[in-house]
Amino acid sequence: MSLYDQDDVALREAQEARLRKVWEPPKGLFLRWTDTNNNRVGVWYVLTAFGFMLFAGVLALIMRMQLAVPDNDLVDAGTFNQLFTLHGSVMMFLFAVPMFEAVSIILLPQLLGARDLPFPRLSAFGYWSFLIGGVFVSGSIFFDAAPDGGWFMYPPLTTRTDLSGLGADIWMLGLSFIEVSSVAAAVELIVGVLKCRPPGMRLNLMPLYAWYILVVAVMILFAFPPLIAGDVLFEMERLLDWPFFDAQRGGDPLLWQHLFWIFGHPEVYIVFLPSIALFAMLVPTFARRHLLGYPWIVLAAVGTAFLSFGLWVHHMFATGLPKISLAFFSAASEAVAIPTAVQIFVFIVTLWAGRVVWSTPLLYATGSLAIFVIGGLTGVMVAVAPFDWQAHDTYFVVAHLHYVLIGGTLMPLFAGLYYYWPLITGKKLSDRLGRTAFWLIFVGANLCFFPMHLSGLEGMPRRVFTYPEELGLGGLNLASTIGSFVIAAGVAVIVLDLCRSPWRQKAPRNPWAAGTLEWLAHPDDEDWGIRSIPLIESRYPIWDQEDFVRKVDEGRYFLPDAEEGRRETIVTSVLDARPVSVIRLGGPSWLPILTAVALGGVFILTTYHFYWAALVSGMLTLALVLAWLWTGTAEIPEKPCKPIGHGIELPLYISGDAAPGWWAMFITMMADATAFSGLVFGYYFFWTRHADFPPMAMADGPGVLWPMAALAVGLASWLATVGARKIHARGKIGLARVLVLLGIAASLAGIYAGLAGPWLSGMDPQAHSYPAIVWTLAIWTTAHCGVAAIMLAYVLARSLAGKMTPQHDADIRNVTVYMHFLALTVAVTYLTIGLFPEFA
Amino acid sequence: MMGERRKWHERLKVTLWTLIVPPTVWAGHFLFSYLWAAISCAKDGRFAKFPMLFTVGTVIALGLIVLSGWVAWKQQRTVGDPPPHEQGTEVDRLRFLAKSTLLLAGLSFVSVLFSALPVVFIGDCR
Repeated sequence: MSLYDQDDVALREAQEARLRKVWEPPKGLFLRWTDTNNNRVGVWYVLTAFGFMLFAGVLALIMRMQLAVPDNDLVDAGTFNQLFTLHGSVMMFLFAVPMFEAVSIILLPQLLGARDLPFPRLSAFGYWSFLIGGVFVSGSIFFDAAPDGGWFMYPPLTTRTDLSGLGADIWMLGLSFIEVSSVAAAVELIVGVLKCRPPGMRLNLMPLYAWYILVVAVMILFAFPPLIAGDVLFEMERLLDWPFFDAQRGGDPLLWQHLFWIFGHPEVYIVFLPSIALFAMLVPTFARRHLLGYPWIVLAAVGTAFLSFGLWVHHMFATGLPKISLAFFSAASEAVAIPTAVQIFVFIVTLWAGRVVWSTPLLYATGSLAIFVIGGLTGVMVAVAPFDWQAHDTYFVVAHLHYVLIGGTLMPLFAGLYYYWPLITGKKLSDRLGRTAFWLIFVGANLCFFPMHLSGLEGMPRRVFTYPEELGLGGLNLASTIGSFVIAAGVAVIVLDLCRSPWRQKAPRNPWAAGTLEWLAHPDDEDWGIRSIPLIESRYPIWDQEDFVRKVDEGRYFLPDAEEGRRETIVTSVLDARPVSVIRLGGPSWLPILTAVALGGVFILTTYHFYWAALVSGMLTLALVLAWLWTGTAEIPEKPCKPIGHGIELPLYISGDAAPGWWAMFITMMADATAFSGLVFGYYFFWTRHADFPPMAMADGPGVLWPMAALAVGLASWLATVGARKIHARGKIGLARVLVLLGIAASLAGIYAGLAGPWLSGMDPQAHSYPAIVWTLAIWTTAHCGVAAIMLAYVLARSLAGKMTPQHDADIRNVTVYMHFLALTVAVTYLTIGLFPEFA
Repeated sequence: MMGERRKWHERLKVTLWTLIVPPTVWAGHFLFSYLWAAISCAKDGRFAKFPMLFTVGTVIALGLIVLSGWVAWKQQRTVGDPPPHEQGTEVDRLRFLAKSTLLLAGLSFVSVLFSALPVVFIGDCR
């Protein structure tokens, strides 16, 4: 097929018919929910997250009504505790983070000229997990069972079952489930940005939104797992009475604070960066020029991401840590102001250098920057430890964090809403209503939150359900309450605007005259994403590349057809986006929903202590995942290669580090290793902080013999797998199968040997934090050995079924990645529990 | 000009991994500072002012950052294509990654200095 074939209108129409058929969404009352196309799943995701935002907003209004006047009794203290805990938790876990994932799932394929992200079913699974977990956590308040320990759930208040009820379990298990969906989204987005860019889109031509998403998704990989590790310890304490946070039995409540805030502070940037990323797209559009200082934005995003992991202790300034430790975190907290400011200056300079076209999205963008800067400046203040000691746990902090989140997340998202609504629906929103809403929110936010600085400095603590009249804080609180209702009125105007949208006229294509790829979208959009995948030569191809839109529309670029009736997209190389292969994407399926329901069952049934039912649900999850992998991955194509146009032929099967599946495994295991390092941190934290760790009476621990035996068999299973992969690639299938069998045997032996140490030494995990953490590390590692055995058995089955051959060896290559990480886990665990600290 | 006669720092391959060398050095130094202070305070109850280990660690960190910044400085001046260096060419991609690395080296250098200052000003573990 050459360029000129596409001159044939009949051919183009035939191609379009094929593409339309392939990308046709499933229809019917139930079947439609099995869709996996990013533009549908993304929209469900956005609407659900928006719904949770409105719900959490209503909770806030109830709180503000309670605080409007002194000594009020609208709600009692217990209900108030549930209100503020759920408000914070829902806004963070069910709105801010999922909203970023949702927006990215919609936008990223458009920005990258891809038909879809590499793992559409994974996106769908993430969405359903989010919906189930979100409804579970939010719904608890209607049964008076919502978590009530504050959104950071500090023990011992929350770990002692006599002080806190089911709510704490709902928080831990419900939100752990959602964290799984966040990690799933991170995998999807990282692989999408690195491997699914259009040909020619080298790293330096990538839309800045994609840069931000890459950075934020990597941050999720390192930020969420410590919280998952903390959740594991937390639930072990609540359900099994293992004393990780109980000071009387060698535990330490501060360990939770560390694990929570290693997650919690990067989290702030995880919700801030993707919102500011929307500015990087809309500012050039309305400044009518390229964004100035492209590398500076990359500096800002990457620099912020790194520094954000060195700030967590600034939430713990009042805990009595040595001042030298506080000072390190104070210094890093001041340093993060540098990259944050850089990006704001880049936007200002771009607007300054351009010919600005005023618009509603730009109004939101500039207004939110003003609010964000105020929040940033109070951030610099509370980063100074002595100031923080005065302001800690007062309304000053409440004011600070709301300025940051409203200016840094909420209003930028509204800017994005007004900017991208035409992309998704083909219709513009009303400028009049949009601007009215903006001014209501802008004025309301300042009226609500500015007085809180003052009430905080005058001594009003956060999270109190009422206050006496004599404090003289009535006026400031009333102002805040009025402000909160003004914000709510603004949000109501936006909701009204959205509700009226279906009756409006379609807007023209690319209504803002933007230059970036996503605006190829047509108002009467087709489900195929993009007609043909373009060759990119500029950061703003619609502005700079001649006849760009027409060439895309007429299928003159790559992959304009779907001859084999399969959903496909192009995979390219990481640095220079050279075409590597064509991958087949998963289509509509029940598997993602069913897997999400089954996995949700594990978490929800555990909350109510139905352990056997939870186990059954876990088995069901495993069966569904295996079915999903067996039917949907590493499929051997009907032919080795296919042409994508312009004389280029690409393979239909790749394995190893060029393949998206390999990257997904690698990235997932990075998250897994980070969670593991959270547990190991727990062990060494106890050792650092407690002179009697391990206690004299338990100094023998699990002994040396069994941990070393477990280390040996663990490494043996790793070596067997690595050997099997190499020998398999040389075509010796029989020998490779024998090695895989050996690997399975060694993994199973690893389970026994790993647990034998603490078991045979009679370590009682309820007695002290030392046996508890040793058991936890052993269980974590042996569980991974069990998963290794299952994976290797899967590889063996694939080989026996003829679905894995020396030329088509993605399965064993991906499992080998898992085994590398298993070897690391095994080594760290058994060297730690077997040899440390006796031999150190 | 190019080819065999290229200097060693011009032959280094620039990737996404080299981009994050300077901030990774910062992260390593930060972790080192925190652990060094936490362990000396918890186990000894004190630490020396200008202690050897800490000073050496900081100098090594700054040295690595300067080195990667210098390599990036050289590479972001690679000649070949006309300004403004925003094209989809090999050279412009190289210049972009090198320039970003250079900027990150600057930020990381300042941040390491920030992290080192507390040790100068705070003398004990209280």
